[in-house]
Amino acid sequence: MKGTKQILISGFGGQGALFAGKFLAYAGLLQGLEVSWLPSYGPEMRGGTASCSVIISDSPIGSPIITHPDVLVAMNLPSMDKFEPQVNAGGTIIYDSSLISRAPAREDVNNCAVPATKMATDAGVKTLANMLLIGRLLREVDLADDEMVNQVLSKVVSAKHADLLDLNKQAIKLGYEYKE
Amino acid sequence: MEKVLMKGNEALAEAAIMAGCRHYYGYPITPQTEVAAYMAKRMPKIGGVFLQAESEIAAINMVIGTSAAGKRTMTSSSSPGISLKSEGISYLAGCDLPALVVNVQRGGPGLGGIQPSQSDYFQATKALGHGDFRRIVLAPASVQEMASLTFLGFDLADEYRMTVMILTDGTIGQMMEPVSLDFGEPCEAVKDWATVGHKWERKPNIITSLSLQAEELERQNVERYERYKVVEENEVRYEEYRMEDAEICVVAFGVCARVARNAIEEARKMGLKVGMIRPITLWPFPKDVLKKAAEKCHTFVSVEMSMGQMVEDIELAIRCQRPVLCCSRVGGIIPSPDEVVEKLQEAAKMGGKAE
Repeated sequence: MKGTKQILISGFGGQGALFAGKFLAYAGLLQGLEVSWLPSYGPEMRGGTASCSVIISDSPIGSPIITHPDVLVAMNLPSMDKFEPQVNAGGTIIYDSSLISRAPAREDVNNCAVPATKMATDAGVKTLANMLLIGRLLREVDLADDEMVNQVLSKVVSAKHADLLDLNKQAIKLGYEYKE
Repeated sequence: MEKVLMKGNEALAEAAIMAGCRHYYGYPITPQTEVAAYMAKRMPKIGGVFLQAESEIAAINMVIGTSAAGKRTMTSSSSPGISLKSEGISYLAGCDLPALVVNVQRGGPGLGGIQPSQSDYFQATKALGHGDFRRIVLAPASVQEMASLTFLGFDLADEYRMTVMILTDGTIGQMMEPVSLDFGEPCEAVKDWATVGHKWERKPNIITSLSLQAEELERQNVERYERYKVVEENEVRYEEYRMEDAEICVVAFGVCARVARNAIEEARKMGLKVGMIRPITLWPFPKDVLKKAAEKCHTFVSVEMSMGQMVEDIELAIRCQRPVLCCSRVGGIIPSPDEVVEKLQEAAKMGGKAE
């Protein structure tokens, strides 16, 4: 990957936005790139919004805070409503179209609808819609090939959940290969 | 050594363990709770002590006891909790005991909010407790520095027998970045003053901050300030960024320095010659390098998450020779690069003329 990518992932608490961000951050780290990962934190409750800002760059990173993302991964409608206007022109919005009923209104960005929750449920990996969206993101951002996906997953999936490793792989693949 | 991805608070805690700290006392408060959580997980595995005290005040007093016994020890909290600890920090100074205290700041005053802030700058650098005393105040601007400055902090605390404070904020504490935990060996001082039992082989060591003889108390204070003078001579740390041809000098620490870096890049594209001096030690403050910068820079801009608390130190350092503007957001809001750029444009227009 060349240059700097600012990626904002946002959804309800529990959808795995933070974990998805951690995956991307590790993918950058393992390739020797500069990375930062910043969660939103606040007096939030279960079901409230959770987002994280991931910056991956080939040069040192200044502010870890993203005001204008290059890529927005929206996992629920409030996230789409809030962050759609902030996406850089020419940027990308990847969104879970099974949970977000409207398409982005912006015409100057690249829109990728993925019915991630439905696909994940159909495939029996209901909780991994986040990784499906990451799979789709990897088609837009050249950050990790199959081999790298395996390496990163072995870092971010804890030993306690080793049984989820293959399911994560499967979810990423599903997202990567999804055709609108 | 392989770099790992860690939260700032966790990197800080791990570095403390690597520095030989085996006694952590704390009390939960957002946004520093990861420090305590990490210690709770790690300390029992390595024969260390994690103790959740009944209050912040109890925790700092446990630090006094452990330090008096010659062991490396620390406590951490966030703004309101640090106010509670201030009595104990003064006693640490009165006893000339080394300790590491971490403040992961949140918005104040009072209970305030839980979002990041730098509004404890005055408290940390000027008056963290009663009496004549100083603390070394280290201000990390990355997860790597959360670790490396904590490691260094324990060495400095031992060397000068004083409290070292890590002054950080919720953003640096909560964010993850790659960090290398390769520090070599800690330099733990010989603590012949520790109260560990004299076994009838030497005179008993007494550690107390009570001193009823005025002459003796004065002597102690003077001796302490001689030690502080050495700290001021030897321990000033800062980083210069694009200062080589700068006409405007940004001064910022912690996460604000990160934001300012983006703003400086933007301003440079507009043709403004901007650089930054980032204090790493807030006390001792990097006075000399700022004074020198005043020879070339016509305006200074303090970027901070407090109502201009650092402005006074910059003005003092440069002897008020140049105007000092302030770009600040408070209450838990971080200034955006755009806001900083706007202030830099204002600074450029002033061209050194007083406000």
